[in-house]
Amino acid sequence: MSDTRTTPAPSPSQVAQKAQQAQQEARAKTPIEVTGAQSLVLSLEAVDVDTVFGIPGGAILPAYDPLLDSVKVRHILVRHEQGAGHAAEGYASATGKVGVCMATSGPGATNLVTAIADAYMDSVPIVAITGQVSSASIGTDAFQEADIRGITMPITKHNYLVTDASQIPRVIAEAFHIASTGRPGPVLVDISKDALQARTTFSWPPKFDLPGYRPVARPHTKQIREAARLIAAAKRPVFYVGGGVIRGNASDALREFVELTQIPVVTTLMARGAVADSHPLHLGMPGMHGSVAAVTALQKSDLLITLGARFDDRVTGQLSTFATGAKVIHADIDPAEISKNRTADVPIVGDVLEVIADLHTAVAADIAAGKSGDYAAWRGQTAGWKADFPLGYTTPEGGEAVSPQHVIERIGAIAGPEAVYVAGVGQHQMWAAQFVQYERPNAWLNSGGLGTMGYAVPAAMGAKVAQPDRTVWAIDGDGCFQMTNQELATCVINNIPIKVAIINNSSLGMVRQWQSLFYNQRYSNTDLHTSVGSRIPDFVKLADAYGCAGLRCERPEDIDATIKAAMEINDRPVVVDFVVHRDAMVWPMVPAGVSNDAIQVAKDTAPQWDREEDEATAQPEDADNSETTGAESADGK
Amino acid sequence: MSKHTLSVLVENKPGVLARIAALFSRRGFNIDSLAVGPTEHPEISRMTVVVDVDALPLEQVTKQLNKLVEVLKVVELEPTASVQREILLVKVRTDLHSRSHVLETVQLFRAKVVDVASDTLTIEVTGNRDKLAAFLEVLEPFGVKELVQSGMVAIGRGSRSITDRALRSA
Repeated sequence: MSDTRTTPAPSPSQVAQKAQQAQQEARAKTPIEVTGAQSLVLSLEAVDVDTVFGIPGGAILPAYDPLLDSVKVRHILVRHEQGAGHAAEGYASATGKVGVCMATSGPGATNLVTAIADAYMDSVPIVAITGQVSSASIGTDAFQEADIRGITMPITKHNYLVTDASQIPRVIAEAFHIASTGRPGPVLVDISKDALQARTTFSWPPKFDLPGYRPVARPHTKQIREAARLIAAAKRPVFYVGGGVIRGNASDALREFVELTQIPVVTTLMARGAVADSHPLHLGMPGMHGSVAAVTALQKSDLLITLGARFDDRVTGQLSTFATGAKVIHADIDPAEISKNRTADVPIVGDVLEVIADLHTAVAADIAAGKSGDYAAWRGQTAGWKADFPLGYTTPEGGEAVSPQHVIERIGAIAGPEAVYVAGVGQHQMWAAQFVQYERPNAWLNSGGLGTMGYAVPAAMGAKVAQPDRTVWAIDGDGCFQMTNQELATCVINNIPIKVAIINNSSLGMVRQWQSLFYNQRYSNTDLHTSVGSRIPDFVKLADAYGCAGLRCERPEDIDATIKAAMEINDRPVVVDFVVHRDAMVWPMVPAGVSNDAIQVAKDTAPQWDREEDEATAQPEDADNSETTGAESADGK
Repeated sequence: MSKHTLSVLVENKPGVLARIAALFSRRGFNIDSLAVGPTEHPEISRMTVVVDVDALPLEQVTKQLNKLVEVLKVVELEPTASVQREILLVKVRTDLHSRSHVLETVQLFRAKVVDVASDTLTIEVTGNRDKLAAFLEVLEPFGVKELVQSGMVAIGRGSRSITDRALRSA
């Protein structure tokens, strides 16, 4: 479908001159005569886009011509649009800036859908730009036509169909504003081919008015006072910190508030790094695979100070039995999250940074007035749990097999807190959340809400493009890796030297774990043949075929040397095939659908509570006989 | 479950109805009736949505609606503080013998005959749910050949206007 007339390629100096001219003209706010496609590229430049991940095709073709001239926007040609979407997410998650992906109509656009849904669930600010068939053909089942605006309605924060070239600057400005403000999220802009080809004028900034979009940033003073009152009155408070604190850049403010109040903290899967793991008040991650201390602290708390978290089922377990003795302060920028799952006693709508600042002021005033809470006993109790039940793992007998947890722990130790860690979905993701020590926000990227296998490689690519000076490790599974590893080609060609650790247990490990626990070891369709019996594919040869460095590690004594060798290679991507033993399981675990009181530290093993005050903890059900938990196999990915 | 009437002011833009309908279905809320039309402001449309939910999920409905960029305002109209109307067009079988009985019913309900054929009368009636249900119950024995009913529209009683305030905040 390349029916667009193109001019001969200009020289770089011509390009630079032209772009500068355009910018100057744009700055002067004088409308200039352009095509819709040029207007799109000028708009992207005007909102400071420096990177676009995408693939051209028929309907988006006009946009790719002026993109060639842009000296500000780097387009990275990916190998699959899903990769473009996750790369945009990785770029956004590592920096907080809006990530951008681009695709053509029809299949190009539908290939973005998984990444867009992922960004929606995890509140990642991305803008997806798609070509659409000419407006005259819309609705006729034209070649490569798909109603991508209709398809993405339920998985975008907002979306647009543009058929009038003059609307392009306004829509792009709105899209970036909506994606990055309030609760961040994905916005899709679908532009018809005739709008890209039409002559129009460009001027910046465009006027826009969104009367129905007014995110509340300032928290209500009355609610802040009430929250401070509950904090002073509580005996067993816990900070329940979610991904909103990371997206809201509130980590520093939170740390100061935690230090002021001396209240223990748990950080959810999306919030790892929001408070440093090394902080003495940090109890770990709550939820299905959370630490005993974090899970138990929430269960026994009398006040949850919830900041940017959403009481996800993976955190609460059976909702009716979650933290039954606790009052709830729930602060979120999205009013719809408050009291959605758990009724809040003190609802606070606002930007988490402002909420924390106001709470800090209020609580500091209380402390100055002698009305500070006394949590010393509670702190001691939670610290006791943390000391008594550290995260751990058993190494297989004989000492010949590699433990996946050990590999991940060593990667974290060797690459350090300044690196970026990007996981796929499954066992390796949970181990990466547990055994890498996170000391800063935005160091941990993963697909939390949607649970998208295949996230790691392209998201790591996006993160590396955004922060080329950081070491970026994709910690991936052998199943996940095979879903999106084609982006290694993109990485090699565009000099994006990511490092990929394949935690290769030759299986869809998390599903296999559930089959082991709840389906009588009937391993239905979870054997991937990537290391046990055969190596299909051979990941080292695959890496080699792509022009990456390929390494393999099969013995525990080689782990450190292999990681260090990978750290030394910075001129191309590295893929390390860590062949690990396949029966390792993620512990602790709260089986799906039961109370968090039933946390197990190993198969059929409840924590051994030494402390008298903990004797009330219920004994776990026998997971093998639990029909209801076993039915949720889809969660096992 | 109980029925709630929501007035939703939206920007008059293409796709907004699809967005709202999709939101209801995605979040598992049942729409009982839906009516869309223009308001006194050409750029604003008004939807009257009757949903069948309990109070707590209703709060989710309104919050989720408010999250849509094109939704300007969501107001719940209490039955006692608002006027609620639906329109019903019904084609009733009549013969020489029954016609006068049907016309009598039309009179009683302050309905209107809008079309006459040799063996049917087409009647228009407006009112709230209960009135339309009562009307149909009386007509039923004569033989209802076809009926069509609109979604409910509703407006608050008194001099206050929800569109005024929506525009001011806009």
